[in-house]
Amino acid sequence: MIEIKSVSLVREGQRVLDAIDLSLPKGGITALVGPNGAGKSTLLSLAARLLPLQAGSITIDGLPVSSTPGKVLARKLAILRQDSGPPPRVSVREMVGFGRFPHSGGRMTAEDREMVAQALDRFELTDLASRSLDRLSGGQRQRVMVAMTYAQGSDYILLDEPLNNLDMYHARKLMIELRRLADETGRTIVIVLHDINHAAASADRIIAMKDGRIAADGTPEKIMRTEVLEAIYGFPVEVVDAGGMRLALQYARSGQPRDQARPS
Amino acid sequence: MPEITPTAHRRAIASAGLCLVLLVVLSLGIGVEDLSFSGADGAMPLADLLSISRLPRTLAAVLAGAGLAVAGQIMQTLTRNRFVEPSTAGTAQSAALGILIVTLFLPSADLGLKALVASGCALAGTAVFLATAHRLPPEQPYLVPLFGLVYGGVVGAAVTYVAWQNDLLQYLDIWMNGEFSGVLKGRYELLWIAVLVVAAAIFFADRLTIMALGEAQATSLGLDYRRMTQIGLVLVSVMSALSVVVVGLIPFVGLVVPNLVSRLSGDNLRGTLPQVALGGAILVTGCDILGRLIRFPYEIPVGTVMGVAGPGIFLWFILRERRDA
Repeated sequence: MIEIKSVSLVREGQRVLDAIDLSLPKGGITALVGPNGAGKSTLLSLAARLLPLQAGSITIDGLPVSSTPGKVLARKLAILRQDSGPPPRVSVREMVGFGRFPHSGGRMTAEDREMVAQALDRFELTDLASRSLDRLSGGQRQRVMVAMTYAQGSDYILLDEPLNNLDMYHARKLMIELRRLADETGRTIVIVLHDINHAAASADRIIAMKDGRIAADGTPEKIMRTEVLEAIYGFPVEVVDAGGMRLALQYARSGQPRDQARPS
Repeated sequence: MPEITPTAHRRAIASAGLCLVLLVVLSLGIGVEDLSFSGADGAMPLADLLSISRLPRTLAAVLAGAGLAVAGQIMQTLTRNRFVEPSTAGTAQSAALGILIVTLFLPSADLGLKALVASGCALAGTAVFLATAHRLPPEQPYLVPLFGLVYGGVVGAAVTYVAWQNDLLQYLDIWMNGEFSGVLKGRYELLWIAVLVVAAAIFFADRLTIMALGEAQATSLGLDYRRMTQIGLVLVSVMSALSVVVVGLIPFVGLVVPNLVSRLSGDNLRGTLPQVALGGAILVTGCDILGRLIRFPYEIPVGTVMGVAGPGIFLWFILRERRDA
């Protein structure tokens, strides 16, 4: 269980997170949604000890993230963030293999190799295994990063906007794969998503954040309502039932009157 | 680029090793004094000539080259930027400041003490550079080397000013322009520490490779990023300071060699670090040999030869790659 207690964060005089209390039980997919700057990525980074806690506490299965050794946490929890650095010239297989570092310390055992092969297979990367990372498209590289995070073999997987750069096929495929991971292996997945329909289709629970607070928290059925979404995003989002799913019609359509300016 | 297998790494290491051995033999054979076994005509006996002058000089070139190339690789890993090296990031200039301070206040200090103070100053200077480099926007990778050049220039100017005020400019020239002609037995042995630097870097190779993925990813993989940064800083500073103290500044080795190796063999440091070390040794030994041959029997300092050869090789390689792509 990830237990977040009264976590606040101030950055450059701005309150980014405001007394967040949240507990995420083991298992299932939790989607974090909300407008840009709501604090989703910051919260994820705090939980993964990438940022120092200013106030409050976060524990992973009872282990406080602020004081648990990095190596111990790395076997419990893996995070994938968006990174702007240059891609290294290593092969896809080597890169996914780095995910085993917390276990192997660099010396890969047969078990580590098996896990890497499985990760390559799961994310359809076996054909690209020998390719150098700097010769991949952005989307392919993104899949490599997710496969590496999976190969880390941690109970908790935190993904910050993993659908960035992915085309429709691979975005869908990744969500299916994450669903399978959660169902078959009992991994706990927390994922920041911008597409609320992906969240509704795949997540067990949606947590919406706005202005550093939790604006809504519940099952997709509970969140996918016009009045709830309007409170989060600030415009009336039409929600329809289609194909057995609740779909938010978030798109701009020609000929539609412009949204009224709304006092927030 | 096809996958770089361990066999390919071994092959590259073997051919680089062979190349280095040839250069070492060549370096031992070149000099004003002819090699003769008898010591006739008042010539120096062969064993003495080799053990007092030629061998120390050659070893100094090999050790400094290997160490500086590895230091450059570590620097590029710490900054996540391929365009920096100790001599363009204020490290070497800070080391020179250290030697200057010792020379001013403890003129009788031996080489060891000079190296120690120089390392300390290099450490402080590089830490300032790194702290600033991490604040620069990662979307603009050219800002890091640009800042390094400016920063190194400012530190270097301060060093020149102090040296000028104290009438020490000719010493400064010795520190800031690397050359091996003064290397004799008893005057270069500190450079053996380069072996430790290279060994430590190879020991940490996996961790350094993971560091290159960025702080977030490295931390997620359980790496103590801060600790590794400190270790890397110490290795870079000690190596640069040693080189400045013993033979003077040799530019471009740390920039050219890691980039060439990265293009040929990739970035998995476990496989490539030995190649970086060998490549550095080859480049510096080769440039020293050139410097001794171009105006024989006079010498051109290795720093000067490198200043021309380093960028030349680098440009040729970049342009060649562009044509292939």
